Amino acid sequence: MKEAVITVNKLTKKFGDFIATNEVTFEVDKGEIFGFLGANGAGKTTAMRMLCGLSMPSSGSATVAGFDVYKQTEKIKQNIGYMSQKFSLYEDLTVTENIRFYAGIYGMARPAIKEKTAQLLNQLNLTPEANTLVKALPLGWKQKLAFSVAIFHEPKIVFLDEPTGGVDPITRREFWNLIYQAAERGITIFVTTHYMDEAEYCNRVSIMVDGKIEALDTPRNLKKTYNAKSMDEVFLQLARGAKRSDD
Amino acid sequence: MKQFLIFVQKEFYHIFRDRKSLLIIILMPIVQIILFGFALTNEIKDSDIAILDESKDVATVEIIHRLDASRYFNVARYLHSQADIEAAFKTGKIRLVVVFQNKFRENLLHANHAQVQLLADATDPNTATTVTNYATSIIRDYQNDLTANAPLPYQIEPQVRMLYNPQLKGAYTFVPGVMAMILIIISAMMTSVSIVREKEINTMEVLLVSPLKPLLFILSKAIPYMFLSLVNVSTILVVSVTLLEVPINGSLLLLMGEALLFITTAVSLGLMISNVTNSQQTAQMISLLGLMLPTLLLGGFMFPIESMPKPLQFMSNIVPSKWFFIIVKDVMIKGLGFKMIWKETLILFGMTLFFLTISFSKFKIRLA
Amino acid sequence: MQAVTVDHIVKKYGSKKETVTALDDVSLEVAKGELFGVIGPDGAGKTSLFRILTTLLLADAGNAAVDGFDVVKQYKEIRNRIGYMPGKFSLYQDLSVEENLRFFATIFNTSIEENYDLIKEIYFQLEPFKTRRAGKLSGGMKQKLALCCALIHRPVVLFLDEPTTGVDAVSRKEFWEMLRNLKKQGISILVSTPYMDEAELCDRVALIQSGKIMSIDSPQSIIKQFTKKMWSVRSAEMFRLLNDLQQYSNTEKCYAFGEFHHLVLKNDAEGMDPVMHYLEHLSHHEIEMQVTQPNIEDCFIELMSQ
Repeated sequence: MKEAVITVNKLTKKFGDFIATNEVTFEVDKGEIFGFLGANGAGKTTAMRMLCGLSMPSSGSATVAGFDVYKQTEKIKQNIGYMSQKFSLYEDLTVTENIRFYAGIYGMARPAIKEKTAQLLNQLNLTPEANTLVKALPLGWKQKLAFSVAIFHEPKIVFLDEPTGGVDPITRREFWNLIYQAAERGITIFVTTHYMDEAEYCNRVSIMVDGKIEALDTPRNLKKTYNAKSMDEVFLQLARGAKRSDD
Repeated sequence: MKQFLIFVQKEFYHIFRDRKSLLIIILMPIVQIILFGFALTNEIKDSDIAILDESKDVATVEIIHRLDASRYFNVARYLHSQADIEAAFKTGKIRLVVVFQNKFRENLLHANHAQVQLLADATDPNTATTVTNYATSIIRDYQNDLTANAPLPYQIEPQVRMLYNPQLKGAYTFVPGVMAMILIIISAMMTSVSIVREKEINTMEVLLVSPLKPLLFILSKAIPYMFLSLVNVSTILVVSVTLLEVPINGSLLLLMGEALLFITTAVSLGLMISNVTNSQQTAQMISLLGLMLPTLLLGGFMFPIESMPKPLQFMSNIVPSKWFFIIVKDVMIKGLGFKMIWKETLILFGMTLFFLTISFSKFKIRLA
Repeated sequence: MQAVTVDHIVKKYGSKKETVTALDDVSLEVAKGELFGVIGPDGAGKTSLFRILTTLLLADAGNAAVDGFDVVKQYKEIRNRIGYMPGKFSLYQDLSVEENLRFFATIFNTSIEENYDLIKEIYFQLEPFKTRRAGKLSGGMKQKLALCCALIHRPVVLFLDEPTTGVDAVSRKEFWEMLRNLKKQGISILVSTPYMDEAELCDRVALIQSGKIMSIDSPQSIIKQFTKKMWSVRSAEMFRLLNDLQQYSNTEKCYAFGEFHHLVLKNDAEGMDPVMHYLEHLSHHEIEMQVTQPNIEDCFIELMSQ
């Protein structure tokens, strides 16, 4: 039943002498929640950029949603969603305007947008706020909206770059519920986070240290392997040995 | 004192490490002056002139020959009477009429003194000044050559008359104009941006919480940019004197003193701007729209204030650049002394005091 | 005398029509030499509180004092004796490590040499990079440098506004070790953070949400106040498990918590058996269920929903 939507084989990115990502190899399955962890400067961002088709690898190979990261970056972009810490929403546009704009970028048809917008607003309990400027929304709502916008065009994979900074524990869980729902629908989630308890919510977790993937397994197996009580401990054991610390 | 020194040092680090901005700040005045300057100097080669020679002797013929031979002039026609002069100018082609009175050589040899009239069309005052300067220097060359072989010095006195615009309004206006504009931009914009940047990167919070006195903060922000602006004044003057041959007719010391006053005005405006805004972009926009445009439009540099509607004329009085522009024109071009510009200086001084008082009293010792 | 006293502070923003209450009748005290945490999400009012205490903002009502000095009337005295690290480390990116430190030392009327012993342990890690521009440092290094700059004048009270936000887990851990060392030097420290797990590293904490303090106490006492029994449950299908448990008739509260779901039952008397039956009936497998110790995050969630 397992079907890989991301395959990465010895993917490497060099900036001059500096090897940001060093022969990284892994696979991510359809509908999986894949946690991509690492200390600041371990090479996470570089790797993620290559997978999103924003940066050309130096060597190695990778496919995302079946498309090659060297030659088919435009196809990749059509099939992925992306959300970062900074939400990627326009603060001075309303909720509906933001949704319409992003859906338009992905070439969705107008009636489809209209129908799905109503559905989404209903699901997020945002219908009364449909014409509110995004900047007037509480942080947690913005994050949920940003995530929903990122998967509005039903991408195969969504990349989340530290999506849940600074919200209260209840909102954070509501956000993770959205992630679970998306995964149930078959959308693959590729997420980076600084919250180690969130790493536990992932099906599998990889930990990058100094450009290499040092560990990749389910949270449960990782804890067993490293004889640790929590993912926090696993992470500290691995990342403490890091030599690099630059972003 | 230590606080002040390290703060000023830090500001210079900021300035020197931002190579691109520094380059722009240093080069902008040079580029602007040259641009404005060349727009004028190009026209001045091969200007058509007319001659009214009532003497027709060896001396006048020699001078006329020298004028014609220079790359600046081209003797286009010979006139026969005073009455022809106006007609010559009316053709629009003649920039200068040289009039030799009767018995030019005789006067020169016997009285050691002769007069030559230079009549220029001053509707374009920049060109008029330039052409009369060129003509004067050619005539002076001739006089010097003549004197070299003579026991007594001969004196040819060129009498310059500007027709149609005798006060030479707008003469060399680009130098004082560019000076006013550059100083406003550098001093006001840079000062405000450098303060607002501290707010943006949150260092302002730490500085406010520190024992640093507001006065010291403001002074340490102002002084590096005042220094930089003085460098700019110097480059502008050097470029205009050497490349464009615009003379400094008045006292250089006075000119620099007045420039320093205007820089202080601009810096105090920059401080005021930094009080009301929290983002570098806004600070830049306010500096550009709020200071540079009035300087260009109402400073008297591009458009003569006399020909503006009354409300605009009135408004121009509150534009500091207007007063600085008058001062520089008077000192640099007309060579006037402090006695003639004390009023404008006083106005500028008053404005500076006003702006400084406002920025000090409005300086926020807290965030909101 | 307390290091910090906050007495019924109210702070509102905005115009008359639309006001946002950032701090709603907040009171707290921080003892001398205490490491005190202000814990809450973004927008809870942490930064407003810190700015009022560092004399950068005026409160709309209430009083506050730092080291015995009133934050409004005696703000100059306070500014001479506190250290402050605002959110987002405030360093000059184009100045080197050493230039930054020297600048702040001089501004605070002291020198690096005079108080070197205080920052020695932190600064020695930065010393190999002292000629590097601050903008080129990693998040963790910037954080250390900013701390050195805030400490260089040997403050009596240190205010750190979200020093660990956006910094990776290793640097966060190191940072808290540094704070514990500083505490030994007798400096009172107020630190704010959105990370609940950092609460346990403080002597006492204030849990803050929407401008209101929900609880102030030592982390242990706050946890003790959580009197209900907390269950942790897991199965092979975690998301379905969460939904099913939330639907269960005897469930008071259930939410994801790391590798388990945390479950509070309405009626504890029945124990875990009925829950197990219910789940088995729904064909969950690999079910694990046991009583667990609640932590600060559980308490926060509990307090939020009261």
